[in-house]
Amino acid sequence: MQRFYRRAIKDILENRFLTAITVITIALSILIAAAFALFFVNAGDMLNFWQKGIRMMVYLKTDATEAERLDTKFRLQGLEGVQEAVYISKEEALARLKAQMAHHSALLENLKENPLPDAFEITLKPSTRNSEELGFLAERVQALPGVTEVEYGQQWIQRFTQVINLFSLAGSGIGALFFMATLFIVANTIRLVLYSRRDEIEIMRLVGATDRFIKIPFYLEGMIQGGAGTIIGLLLLYAGYLALALHFAPGMAGGMIQLRFFSVGVCLAVVLGGTLIGWLGCWVSLKQFMK
Amino acid sequence: MSEENADAIIRMFHVHKRYGSKSALKDFSLDIYKNEYLFVTGRSGAGKTTLLKLLYLGEPVTEGQVLVDGMNLSRIARNRIPHLRRKFGIIFQDYKLIPTKTIFENVALVLEAAGRKPSMIAKKVKSVLRMVGMEDRMNAFPQSLSGGEQQRVAVARAAAGDPKIILADEPTGSLDEESAEVIMSFLDTFHSRGATIVIATHDKELLARGHARIIQLRDGQLWSTEPA
Repeated sequence: MQRFYRRAIKDILENRFLTAITVITIALSILIAAAFALFFVNAGDMLNFWQKGIRMMVYLKTDATEAERLDTKFRLQGLEGVQEAVYISKEEALARLKAQMAHHSALLENLKENPLPDAFEITLKPSTRNSEELGFLAERVQALPGVTEVEYGQQWIQRFTQVINLFSLAGSGIGALFFMATLFIVANTIRLVLYSRRDEIEIMRLVGATDRFIKIPFYLEGMIQGGAGTIIGLLLLYAGYLALALHFAPGMAGGMIQLRFFSVGVCLAVVLGGTLIGWLGCWVSLKQFMK
Repeated sequence: MSEENADAIIRMFHVHKRYGSKSALKDFSLDIYKNEYLFVTGRSGAGKTTLLKLLYLGEPVTEGQVLVDGMNLSRIARNRIPHLRRKFGIIFQDYKLIPTKTIFENVALVLEAAGRKPSMIAKKVKSVLRMVGMEDRMNAFPQSLSGGEQQRVAVARAAAGDPKIILADEPTGSLDEESAEVIMSFLDTFHSRGATIVIATHDKELLARGHARIIQLRDGQLWSTEPA
């Protein structure tokens, strides 16, 4: 195997120009694809952060007794998907409203009686933070005896969910597209290398070299190029990420959201993926070339 | 295929080779014996190169059977072709050396392909290069050598794997008289060590060297045989 590695390294050095083109092409493809992926990762974090803020307001009947209120709380906490149900009395609700509308407090001061109902504010479990589950939970809450109305920003939740789905779909689509493009580019550059060395391959065959003997160094070259291109692409992305993180991170959601790069595990997986693309590109070219 | 000949290392039976509608060999049969020295001659286009190509499966036969050292080439599996080719040392008129490899690497390739150990390869390569007088140029690249020197390296490469058969297609075609004589003397040496030598040539001076059977092809058919 050492012999094959030596041949692969020697071939790479002998074909510096073609190798450089291949590595740069892979690096650029990985840079673009990984930049999209990184954007989706951070956008996903942001969406998760917003999702955590989703609350469901459950308004009680105005004539609800203390016993009914406790019964409703008990039933709400027993529902699947509910993480916590916090009681907000109408007095507390008015106080909150006054605090929020400090500049228009005069409007509220003139009220003869508190028009707000008693309510429960429901915090949701992560599994329920989507439009479908929320709708289902809302129906069950609405059916409780002491409840008059359930409000959870249906339209906003639906749009939010659509955005998340769109992001996931676009991410997968772009990922697949770049995978294909990278594979195509690698296969073609390796095909160029093979064409430039077809006489050499023919001579090797004539002196009794097996297909395996001829192919292994090319596979190693493809994998080395794929791995090297991916590492360069990731390093470039990391440099870009550092520059962006320094300028934009402090202002994001009041500093609540931190921009993040891929974990070491993900980086290793990407390098492994790039190496595999190099191998696969080589396999495609060799399959056609060595018929 | 009823004929039996224990001394034949190559047997060709009613071989036809066609390229489209053009026949390169027609109903061609031939036995080549172990340690035989054979010249294949004829005009350009007579089928000399095709005949050699059929032996190492550079081309498949269209019809007929070819046996090489017990291997039936019509039934050989693809993965056995390299093993067939290791039975041959092949010398071409245009040398076919790899320009990006040194002389040492060009010769070593044969042994590497056969899976020999690096220590053995180094020893053997130096030995064959010494034999052809090219040991001191082993780190040079083919472009820096003269035609005669390149053909010497090609001869060393052909001999490196200790093949049973050496095929040479116009080995002196691009060389001056002196270089041609050197190449032929190497081939004589291999013959004296037990190798079967098959040389395709139309060089009358080579044919006049004697001690070899000469077969003449014309239009893809065996025209005449002149025993050694």
